[in-house]
Amino acid sequence: MLEVRNLSKRFGGLKAVTDASLDVPEGSIVGLLGPNGAGKTTCFTMIAGFTKADEGTVRFQGKDITGLAPHSICALGMIRTFQIVQPFAGLTVQENIAVGAYLHHHDRREAMSVAREVGKRLGMGAMLDRPASSLTIAGRKRLELARALATGAKLLLLDEVMAGLIPSEITEIVGIIRKIRDEGHTFLMIEHVMQAVMQLAETAYVLNQGKMIAHGTPRELVKDPSVVEAYLGHGAAARLQEENHA
Amino acid sequence: MSSLIFPAVLSGLMMGAVYALVALGLTLIYGVLHIINFAHGSLLMLALYSVYFLYTYFGVDPYLAIPIVLPAFFALGYVLQRGLIAPMSSGSEQNVLLITLAASMIIDNLALYFWTSNTRTADIAYAYDTVEILGAYLPLGRVIAFGAALAVAPLLWCFMAYTRTGSAIRAVAIEKRGAELVGIDVNHTYAVCFGIGTACVALAACLLLPTFYITPQVGYTFVLVAFTTVVLGGMGSLLGALVAGLLLGVIESLCGLFLGESLGQIGIFLAFILILLFKPSGLLGRART
Amino acid sequence: MRPQSIGQIALIAAALAYLFGVYFASSPVWMGFTINALIVAVVALSWNITGGFGGLSSFGHAALYGTGAYASAILQVKYGVNAWVGFGAGILAGALMGVFIGALAFRYGLRGSYFALVTLAFAEVLRICASSFDFTGGGSGLQLTLAPGVANLQFNDRTIAYTALLVVVAVVMGLTAFIKYSRFGAYLIAVRENEDAARALGIDTYKIKVQAMAISGAFGGLAGVLYLQLWLFIDSNVVYGSAVSIEALIGPIIGGAGTIWGPLLGTLGLHLLGEGAKHLLPNAPGLNFVLYAIVLICALRFLPNGLVGLAGKLGTFKKKEDDNA
Repeated sequence: MLEVRNLSKRFGGLKAVTDASLDVPEGSIVGLLGPNGAGKTTCFTMIAGFTKADEGTVRFQGKDITGLAPHSICALGMIRTFQIVQPFAGLTVQENIAVGAYLHHHDRREAMSVAREVGKRLGMGAMLDRPASSLTIAGRKRLELARALATGAKLLLLDEVMAGLIPSEITEIVGIIRKIRDEGHTFLMIEHVMQAVMQLAETAYVLNQGKMIAHGTPRELVKDPSVVEAYLGHGAAARLQEENHA
Repeated sequence: MSSLIFPAVLSGLMMGAVYALVALGLTLIYGVLHIINFAHGSLLMLALYSVYFLYTYFGVDPYLAIPIVLPAFFALGYVLQRGLIAPMSSGSEQNVLLITLAASMIIDNLALYFWTSNTRTADIAYAYDTVEILGAYLPLGRVIAFGAALAVAPLLWCFMAYTRTGSAIRAVAIEKRGAELVGIDVNHTYAVCFGIGTACVALAACLLLPTFYITPQVGYTFVLVAFTTVVLGGMGSLLGALVAGLLLGVIESLCGLFLGESLGQIGIFLAFILILLFKPSGLLGRART
Repeated sequence: MRPQSIGQIALIAAALAYLFGVYFASSPVWMGFTINALIVAVVALSWNITGGFGGLSSFGHAALYGTGAYASAILQVKYGVNAWVGFGAGILAGALMGVFIGALAFRYGLRGSYFALVTLAFAEVLRICASSFDFTGGGSGLQLTLAPGVANLQFNDRTIAYTALLVVVAVVMGLTAFIKYSRFGAYLIAVRENEDAARALGIDTYKIKVQAMAISGAFGGLAGVLYLQLWLFIDSNVVYGSAVSIEALIGPIIGGAGTIWGPLLGTLGLHLLGEGAKHLLPNAPGLNFVLYAIVLICALRFLPNGLVGLAGKLGTFKKKEDDNA
């Protein structure tokens, strides 16, 4: 569904992302991992059109979308969520979701009812008429998902959706994401929270210092020395090996 | 025509120096407090009237009024920031802009009420004595203003660089919380900075009065030019304000020469629009997002 | 518009009572005064589209108002065009000026204070130009020939003028409501709240902002043309001056930016206050602006949602559970 080839970006003298490539098959949940500052969010912003890539291509459902504006990419069916959730503060939860629904439903009544339906699917039925600013962090994450779904997007790019959640909330959101995937959506998620990665991602890519260093199932990645090195530092992999043998 | 250009440039430089002086205060205030101070022009107008009344009723020569007016306006600026702007704006950037706009409305219209819209000038004997510079004849008052403006900019810079208060101001401008942590009283520092900015305007008034006119609307005219100067020179840059002020003075003068007197100011506003669109960080400012 | 509280209903009722009461006022001064206030209300409603719903505070709304007035005046005075055509041209001219300013400003990402300043600069450039060129009448302005009658869109009877204005204000408010509850309105509000999130949701934020400026310009131009047809004389200070730009934003902010009734209520309230002040202190030009400024400061500090927001807290209705579409 999503083919990213040789994406690169520099900011001044800093090479944020070099030659990154990944594939997201339709209906799968793919993770994008890596230590802080590895370039994961920059990849996302390039794929979603918020940043212009210096090199590389992005194809979505066979169509070349490199360099398109974010709103055009959204209209094609790919949407990105933000690490720090910003609901539209002055509006109610339902009105927030409706902003997403308006993309393909131009009539207000229709958009509001689609919003209601999506909200209920994500378990927000009771909160629809409350101001969005009154939601907890977990609620806001759900709202972000609901808004994204309301646009009718098929591929969702989630940027650290688990950040700031307690374990029980994580379990809830994991369940919701699985359910949405089963309904026919695809996910590419940046994630640090290992619990979520293990439970959700079928495969994952690991970025370190702007370069892709590994790709595989979470189980494979955890044992991959270069991945361990990236997260824990120089020589950590070797040390862990020694301890295991000792 | 070409023989008119040189005097126009010189006269533009003289006026530009005053623009620079007014802008120095504004850029200081913006660079530190990130406030676009709409009341700046009104304060200039107030200072002009103060110096005028000191001269007309007490016979105090405008240049001698400097030690009286500067501290008074420093205090006014301090109180304005600490007593009105900070408490009433609750921090929102748009609110601050609106509050300084409101302050300027109050000052301008009270001035209109008390002093009427009659144009006044101070007849100071020696102000229009001409001085010959490079073949052009310039009013003494303007030459003094030029010299003073060129002197004040470096003085202000030294103050910021070498005094304790100056360092405190710079610290607060760069990192407010860090400054708080090392014991700097941020509110006080903000108010001091605003006071200094206002004092600059008072100085500009003393230098301006001998060769200029005053009306309650004069503030509004200056405020837009001052904004343009600040943005062109780079928000927060003292050197930028000086260079930009001189440049704009020359632009205005040349526009007046080629397009006619009434269109002189257009050059300034067009420059303003262009700079805001293409390089909002100004000629010498740091790039901002 | 659905009132949320008894307070809001009371406020609207008071305004309506005043507006209809003017017909029965003992002195014609009331009607004249309210006519002025209503024209300002149209400018305020115009500002509200971009400044209220869009969060794009313009400090130079006179640029739109004056362009509408001048377009119509030039066509009528210099080319003998019929007043009604001038009317349409003025609205169109306002919209085009709005598009021009918006397209430039937003193309280069101006927002917040920078946007406010650039609109101010545009208004000033237009003011200087209008007073410097012959075809805009130069310093003396433009004067329409007195020719009362519907064909010339000139009012020979103050009551008719007043009624016409009431209708216009009602129509503009109706359009505002239509916008607010439309897809465009929802998108504009989203852009105000969080532009990046809006883009991610498929909104072409640049296009939306420019469209908002077009609508705002059309309403602003409309107000300018109305002024022209009522007073038959304009010059650059009157229609491009800062007083217009200031009045454009004060009414909505005090009445409630981003609401439908806010601009009208705020403008009416301020003008009544100003008029009252004038009676206490006659021969004081400009003192009403001092009052406006004080009220503005208080509103910014104590009434972030304006009068409408304040009234909304008095006797709030319970929220219904079902869909409020």
